[in-house]
Amino acid sequence: MNPRAVMNLHAVWAIYRVEMARALRTVLQSIVSPVISTSLYFVVFGSAIGSRITEIDGISYGAFIVPGLIMLSLLTQSISNASFAIYFPKFVGSIYELLSAPVSYLEIVIAYVGGAATKSIVLGLIILATASLFVPLTIEHPFWMLAFLVLTAVTFSLFGFIIGIWAKSFEQLQLVPLLIITPLTFLGGSFYSINMLPGIWRTVTLFNPVVYLVSGFRWSFYGKSDVSVGVSLGMTVVFLLVCIAIVAWIFRTGYRLRN
Amino acid sequence: MQPIISISGVTKTYATGFQALKEINLDIVRGEIFALLGPNGAGKTTLISIVCGIVNRSSGSVTVDGHDINRDYRAARGLIGLVPQELTIDAFESVWATVNYSRGLFGKPADKAFVEKVLRDLSLWDKKDAKAITLSGGMKRRLMIAKALSHEPRILFLDEPTAGVDVELRQDMWAMVRRLREDGVTIILTTHYIEEAEAMADRVGVINRGEIVLVENKAELMRKLGRKRLVLELRSPLATVPDAFSRYALELSPDGGQLTYTYDNQSERPGVASLIRELEAAGIQFRDIDTENSSLEEIFVNLVRKQA
Repeated sequence: MNPRAVMNLHAVWAIYRVEMARALRTVLQSIVSPVISTSLYFVVFGSAIGSRITEIDGISYGAFIVPGLIMLSLLTQSISNASFAIYFPKFVGSIYELLSAPVSYLEIVIAYVGGAATKSIVLGLIILATASLFVPLTIEHPFWMLAFLVLTAVTFSLFGFIIGIWAKSFEQLQLVPLLIITPLTFLGGSFYSINMLPGIWRTVTLFNPVVYLVSGFRWSFYGKSDVSVGVSLGMTVVFLLVCIAIVAWIFRTGYRLRN
Repeated sequence: MQPIISISGVTKTYATGFQALKEINLDIVRGEIFALLGPNGAGKTTLISIVCGIVNRSSGSVTVDGHDINRDYRAARGLIGLVPQELTIDAFESVWATVNYSRGLFGKPADKAFVEKVLRDLSLWDKKDAKAITLSGGMKRRLMIAKALSHEPRILFLDEPTAGVDVELRQDMWAMVRRLREDGVTIILTTHYIEEAEAMADRVGVINRGEIVLVENKAELMRKLGRKRLVLELRSPLATVPDAFSRYALELSPDGGQLTYTYDNQSERPGVASLIRELEAAGIQFRDIDTENSSLEEIFVNLVRKQA
């Protein structure tokens, strides 16, 4: 048998396990703090604004923001999990072992992105459970709900992986999430329907990829969306493909890994 | 016999334009201990990093046990264990977890008994549940070695293994290297501690400014390039060295009681026997005689200096 045709599954499992062990070790940081901050969003936005906006598209405001809140955590956590997971060994130098191991790029990506995505999916489900304590939730399309959850987690874990490889300092590691992702998520219709915006701003918003994620995800809950579900799904897949292409390029050239 | 590692025409120029390696050709013999000597910045670590897959080379080719390190990277890398110079470990993992991780990473199924043996051999078993961050420097070094040995490599790279290591650990490490060699593991160590190469190596390669200056059997190297010194303790002190001995370029100690003759096998100076005969003929008597071989260190310094 050609040894190159065989996957090094032991390695995938070894990396994945270390990543999950890190999550368990830092359970406060990984799980508890996002749950607390989401609950705070919920209390502040849900109660303060919800008392003025009673419902959007026939959905109570509290319930309306749940998919957006989950997406918000899913995006930021996927990025930070994956970017940290690959940046940290680069920073301390232990990356040498990964680079000298008989592992393919595909296996490295599967292990790291799989680990990061698993963590953020678990987190998303925990936030969902937390939210159900505050407001009555309906999930009309559970399959699509999970599909959007997984697709988004994988896509943004890949994106985080790219940032982690690109970053040369902790500052850079924080830069993209802080300057790009946070504004995009807040302006991505998590807390409002983009149909509530004046014409020009509604058009501008359509250039924000997060709009499609939130809209599609919300559709899986309530059957209502700002943009059509097909477009949502299409945009998410496009972003996934872009990330895969960048990762493939990074590995082919050894960019910032094998100087 | 086919060399276990074959490096041919390897060059490396970093993006900054710095040429770290110029045309390296080097074969490593199966089962030997090879010491790669060179001053800081000579290219030792770059060369090792290329063979291990950490750094991309600019040109040339490398095979490990016949496997091309790019085309057959799995087979090639699976044979190699690397102990890098820097202590780079995930500080928050336990010793046990991190060594098992390394084994998995190299595609080996879990084998608790084997990992236990590795940890015991390196006196790390008591620390198996300790987090890496709590270990002393010497213990961290042992842990790095345990990680490299966790997947039963056939080739072991030790990059500056004893830099900043205490005597006990150094001796343990040398004993371990000999044991591994008895098991047929090929060992390549880089060092700028000459005594290490002198004590351990079968062959020595000297690298300087990105070029292999010399590769030689250690004993042969010592014989060929080694300087010898003959020291004669005189019965009665001399005021000056008689002119008749000028061709020996003898050195007289300040008190006149000691004559030193430096010679090597390549020099054109006449041998020891004729010197002693002539001294006797001239009536210069001595009560003791002593010879010293120069160390590898002197040989090395000479080589590097000559090139500079």
